[in-house]
Amino acid sequence: MHRRTLLAAPLLLAHAARAQAAPLVVDHVWSRAAMAGRVGVVYLSITATGAPDTLVSVSSPIAPKAELHESYDDNGVMKMRPVASLTVAPGKPIVLRPGGYHIMLVDLAHALKEGDSFPITLHFADAGAVTVTASVEKAGASVMPAPSASMPGMKM
Amino acid sequence: MPTITDPGKPAGGPPIYAVIGILIAILLLGTGTFLWLNGNAGGPTVGGPFTLESSSGHAVSDRDFRGKYMLVYFGYTYCPDVCPTTLNAVADALDRMGKRADDLQPLFITVDPHRDTPAVMKQYTAAFSPRLLGLTGTDAQIAVVAKEYRVYYAEHRTGPGANDYSMDHSSILYLMGPDGRFIAPIRTDESGQEIATDLAKLMS
Repeated sequence: MHRRTLLAAPLLLAHAARAQAAPLVVDHVWSRAAMAGRVGVVYLSITATGAPDTLVSVSSPIAPKAELHESYDDNGVMKMRPVASLTVAPGKPIVLRPGGYHIMLVDLAHALKEGDSFPITLHFADAGAVTVTASVEKAGASVMPAPSASMPGMKM
Repeated sequence: MPTITDPGKPAGGPPIYAVIGILIAILLLGTGTFLWLNGNAGGPTVGGPFTLESSSGHAVSDRDFRGKYMLVYFGYTYCPDVCPTTLNAVADALDRMGKRADDLQPLFITVDPHRDTPAVMKQYTAAFSPRLLGLTGTDAQIAVVAKEYRVYYAEHRTGPGANDYSMDHSSILYLMGPDGRFIAPIRTDESGQEIATDLAKLMS
């Protein structure tokens, strides 16, 4: 189950004016096999069905540091740079995928093996913290297998 | 020699680090120009002799692979996104090639030798394919082989910590012939299937 939905309203009393901020859907959360003490990666999709929101940071108990990054090809030279934030708006989902945006986990507390899963928390400006579960694919995997548990009826 | 251990302190003569630095710079510039000229003497070339350290800690040279095709890729293990994608595609291509893969030696040469020790390279490459050989070396050895393969690499600092940097690097697969000569580049955004098809054509 990679799909979690979030209703911002109950979480953010202080932001009552913006509490109508529509739910965010975070799904297709996956990672790759990686070595302990080294770096890992998380890919996922974020969809906003109401007001826009901004992903400002990420965290996970399996790594002391988690950062938003972007990889890009600059005239044949691959570069990776930190990204301060990502804004998701209705109709404009954000997809973190190989060769583009990703979350980098630094100094993994333990090795990640294919079939493992672990929590990752996304911190949004309005919606606050959203915790989802990443499933680990093989090292260098590029395609997320279609989530078998995802059924049309599950959409809110 | 107090000037060496404490170069920041004002000393009588010129700072010895600066002198050494200039000498090294002249030497590197000279070597680089020589290699460039050498490489261009008979048209553009890619590749050349190298001595590196295998993931088992042994010295390895390009001559050790004569008689086999080499598929050479430069990257680093602190790269969570691009390098694993390419190495997985290479591993997938090898699987699809069947017996023909026995004639090919895939090499992963790090551009980050400080973090990529032989032990790290061994564990890292094993996650992709038992055929993939990881190579590291001294800064000078890596600089030589990267120059020969026209590979650009540079450290990009992201913070003050020892580990707070990523490496910018050229991302190309180089197919070298059984005689060690350059045959063709292969794009790293290809799938394993596409790489296997390219290799089947180029290795004939």
